[in-house]
Amino acid sequence: MTDAQKAMSDKTVLQIKGLCVALAGRGGKQLLRDVDIEVKAGEITCVVGESGSGKSLTAYSVMGLLDPESLRCTAGEILLEDENVLTVTPRRLRELRATRMSLIFQEPMTALNPVERIGAQIEEVLEIHCSDDARTRRRRVLEMLEAVHLPDPQRIFDSYPHQLSGGQRQRVVICMALILNPKLLIADEPTTALDVSTQKQILALIRELQQKFNTAVLFITHDFGVVVDVADKVVVMNQGEVVETGSRDEILRSPRNDYTRMLVSSVPSLVPQSREAVTGDVVLSIKGLSKIFVRRRILRPSTVVEAAVDCDLTLHRREILGIVGQSGSGKSTLARCVIGLETPSAGRIVLAGEELVNARGNAFRERFRRIQMVFQDPYRSLNPRVRVGESIIEGPTNFGVPRAFAMERAKSLMELVGLPVSALDRFPHQFSGGQRQRISIARALIMEPEVLVADEAVSALDVSVQARILKLLESIREKTDVGLLFITHDLRVAAEICDRVIVMNKGRIVEHGSAEAVLVHPRDAYTRALIDAAPGRHWDFRNFRPL
Amino acid sequence: MSSLQESGPIRREEAAPAGANAILRAALSSIPAWLAAVVMMCVVAMAVFAPLIATANPTAIAPAERLLGPTSAHFLGTDALGRDTFSRIVYGSRLSLTVGAGVTVFSVALGLVVGVFAGYFRAFDMVIMRVMDGLMAIPGILLAIALIALTGASLATVLVAITVPEVPRVVRLVRGVILSVRSEDFVEAAITLGSPIRRILWRHLIPSTVAPLTVQATFVFASAVLTESTLSFLGAGLPSEIPSWGNMMADGRMYFQLKPGLIFFPGFALAMTLLSVNIIGDVLRDRLDPKMEKRA
Amino acid sequence: MLLFYVLRRILAALPVMVLVAIIVFAALRLTPNDPATIMAGEDATEAQLEAIRVSMGLDQSILVQLGTWLQRLATGDLGVSLISGAPVLDLIGDRIGPTIALSTSSFLFTMMVAIPLGVLASRKPGHLVDRALMGLSTLGLSLPVFVIGYVLMYAFAISFRWLPVQGYEPLSSGFWAHAQRLIMPSLALSGAYIALVARMTRSSIIEVKGEDYIRTARAKGATETAILIRHALRNAAIPIVTVVGAGVASLITGVVVTESVFNLPGLGRLVVEAVLARDYPVIQALILLFSFIYILVNLIVDILYTVFDPRIRY
Repeated sequence: MTDAQKAMSDKTVLQIKGLCVALAGRGGKQLLRDVDIEVKAGEITCVVGESGSGKSLTAYSVMGLLDPESLRCTAGEILLEDENVLTVTPRRLRELRATRMSLIFQEPMTALNPVERIGAQIEEVLEIHCSDDARTRRRRVLEMLEAVHLPDPQRIFDSYPHQLSGGQRQRVVICMALILNPKLLIADEPTTALDVSTQKQILALIRELQQKFNTAVLFITHDFGVVVDVADKVVVMNQGEVVETGSRDEILRSPRNDYTRMLVSSVPSLVPQSREAVTGDVVLSIKGLSKIFVRRRILRPSTVVEAAVDCDLTLHRREILGIVGQSGSGKSTLARCVIGLETPSAGRIVLAGEELVNARGNAFRERFRRIQMVFQDPYRSLNPRVRVGESIIEGPTNFGVPRAFAMERAKSLMELVGLPVSALDRFPHQFSGGQRQRISIARALIMEPEVLVADEAVSALDVSVQARILKLLESIREKTDVGLLFITHDLRVAAEICDRVIVMNKGRIVEHGSAEAVLVHPRDAYTRALIDAAPGRHWDFRNFRPL
Repeated sequence: MSSLQESGPIRREEAAPAGANAILRAALSSIPAWLAAVVMMCVVAMAVFAPLIATANPTAIAPAERLLGPTSAHFLGTDALGRDTFSRIVYGSRLSLTVGAGVTVFSVALGLVVGVFAGYFRAFDMVIMRVMDGLMAIPGILLAIALIALTGASLATVLVAITVPEVPRVVRLVRGVILSVRSEDFVEAAITLGSPIRRILWRHLIPSTVAPLTVQATFVFASAVLTESTLSFLGAGLPSEIPSWGNMMADGRMYFQLKPGLIFFPGFALAMTLLSVNIIGDVLRDRLDPKMEKRA
Repeated sequence: MLLFYVLRRILAALPVMVLVAIIVFAALRLTPNDPATIMAGEDATEAQLEAIRVSMGLDQSILVQLGTWLQRLATGDLGVSLISGAPVLDLIGDRIGPTIALSTSSFLFTMMVAIPLGVLASRKPGHLVDRALMGLSTLGLSLPVFVIGYVLMYAFAISFRWLPVQGYEPLSSGFWAHAQRLIMPSLALSGAYIALVARMTRSSIIEVKGEDYIRTARAKGATETAILIRHALRNAAIPIVTVVGAGVASLITGVVVTESVFNLPGLGRLVVEAVLARDYPVIQALILLFSFIYILVNLIVDILYTVFDPRIRY
């Protein structure tokens, strides 16, 4: 590195000083308080925080994208190369966008205009900011598409967004953001909506281009694994305030702030603790289960999707069996077949020695006394119009348990899941996501099931909340002997809680064994790729040290 | 409970609490709503207390007093048969409100049943929706005038003829709501709790149709009142001696150049009624079901 | 591939058309009226009536009659009027001119006015312009066509005498003679339609403006006008086109009423005359014709979707 380059890379590109943002209107709630962040050229600064921490709000303030009708900056300044973006004219602000600062969004599926071709959308940036002729524009776009490693740039240029995968779209967004070589790139959770293997590639791409162009990057994320992999500097935010700033190693090894300590140590490690194999009775066994979706259409060929093919598994009492895989691997279909929301195309499901029937009617309903489910999205799995208590006793009353009796049981369950008894009289919207998930767990447990299916039950939760719900599930299996079928895409979560793990890919089970065997000594190539793609896999967060 | 505040990364931002600006806006929006409510109450009062309010017998013919301008005895004048315009307008509100209410009740009830059926039991969906498409394609007013003209006009035929074309829109709305709600996790959760269909429908699905149906009901009401007066205006409604706003306007057509009030007075009553109902509908939609404009 | 899509849409529309035909036939035939009596008059003898019934096929079962009727329909034979004895197709040909003139002018006027108004209202939702325009649109949806019609007539024809009160002149009598008689009917007919389309334009633009790709465009540095034209309008087009198609139903109803108010000798008047005279074949044919126009317009709308949205699978 020459001295000139070094001088350049030390240059501060973005400086946020004492930024305050509040809801519009008199006495509007303060959402950001006194935020200070500095980003230097050639450096990735990660802003980490849980939901409601204000990290995305900070990003949008920099871009000047806050909705003036509902939000306003009340104090502070945002200096982009010594120019305060909070006070520049709207015209100047538009000039700065894409040329000096750019933004990559969380949702690649919706960030592109669905009715315009990819090429035209990228060209639009050049049309706005440069005076190139059409031929030059096209050439520059194709070059940039090449630079983000999209295969066949020519074809991508002429495609519509819906013809590309999520990862490809995110590359297009990155291409759009970096085509004018801005000084500052803001990435708002750019990989949260992607599968781990795609995430790994996108992170590598951002790293590569950032070094190539010496860009300053403000990287917003909730995932400490990603922080380990990309950050130079880390800013931890909580409820609208910066609680700690430091280099990556300072934050990960020796956090000074209590909140930071709690947050970092909540992240489960990829390496499971060794556990004794659970050897109770087999409570659930599945043999040769397949689910094939056939969609017959008039005048068009039918489509056939093999969601699950020839799956076998067994689950013991008191055991937590993890089913892991990326989206579309068939793990949810398998779970839905077990619970009875889907009818398997072939195969047998045996519950405690008794084969489950799939015929509709009373015999079919009987299975719900014995198998219960916790859903992924706590905001959708409770009827917003029904009081929590009524939701919880719905199951038992369906099977003839008297209301008063069921309500008594609900009260005792509230204690088990860590909620006050008064919660029963309230409505779901009065609770946070984690609390709602506790309610859902109580609703399932009141049936005293032998098997509990948890379909991505902690995936929508913040990491600290996730840790508490995992503890709760662990204690429940101790107390109730329930066998837990735990569906997740997150290997860390699987490592944290599962006794045994099954890996699925494209509807098939590719590997199964004890959590340790599968996650530490994988035999299958796909499992290995999956583990390899997990961000921050070499860091032991709980003990603040590398593995 | 604040120690247990738990949430996740996908949690949506809570709506902004109302500032001074927002409250002012809400107040502005409720002035027309307020006026509309007052007008509707007047119309209802007119219908209920018609004998007390009317100054003359609405069907009494008085050839000597034909086509009078506003006088102290007939302060909106008289028509070609000497009938008192004001009294006929007062009594006309009875028919409009009866038809509006009747059609609304029947089409919402029928539409709810058929819509729930189509939305929940997918086997019937295809057939039901094709029939509804067919009914939607037939211009309602033409079918109605044909049915009434050929079977003879009576309150019953008018009600049936106006209800039939209104039903498909209610069915579509209800079916749409049921379809979107039934894919919600809480409905699947109810299935896994062993809830019977009856309970799933009544507890989890039908309550979500109440808000959009309430909004739709106001628009059905307005549409029914409009259709009834259109039928009468075209000469295909109830017999012309029966006081109805549409009949009055039909009778007034011949004398429009001479006495425009014969059309404008009942026309004003009709327009004010429709406007009030529509304003109430708009306000309800904004409050209860902001996304409905897309659905209908 | 587009051709297949179009063919499939047409094939999907056919059963609806047949269904409409059956509903119309059933609805009219199940009413307690005897076409033979209408044709022969009240004082015909039973023998005369019987002869007419046999000649019209009315002595056969209702299903056979339906079959015969559908068969003739498929070959374009709409039957003959019971009153005048003229073929229904000829009657339609004589009266279709004013209806086409009225509906095209109203349609064009609606598109020219409604979409700009909707765009204008969507610029600042909840602000004065928006509130005023939406208030006007509620008014437009609430005023019956005949009320607007008579108000216009009073203002422009009776008070100011700018325009003829009513009547129709074909285009062959000169453009101005033709056009000046269409101005008021078109305005009256467009009122509700404009309100409907303007509302949908406004609400779908507002909705689209909340989408992520609009934020992307802002992040590119595009101006609000460029965003509106390039990104918002094209994405908002589908719901707008849908409501334009659905609004044809209200246009058809409006045509019937408007022609009555302004004395235009079009199909709307023809159907009212036929109803009052209980002329079955004419009523049937016209209701069917209007229904098919509606289905056809919505078929065109379906095909237009593919123009606006590349995601629609052929």
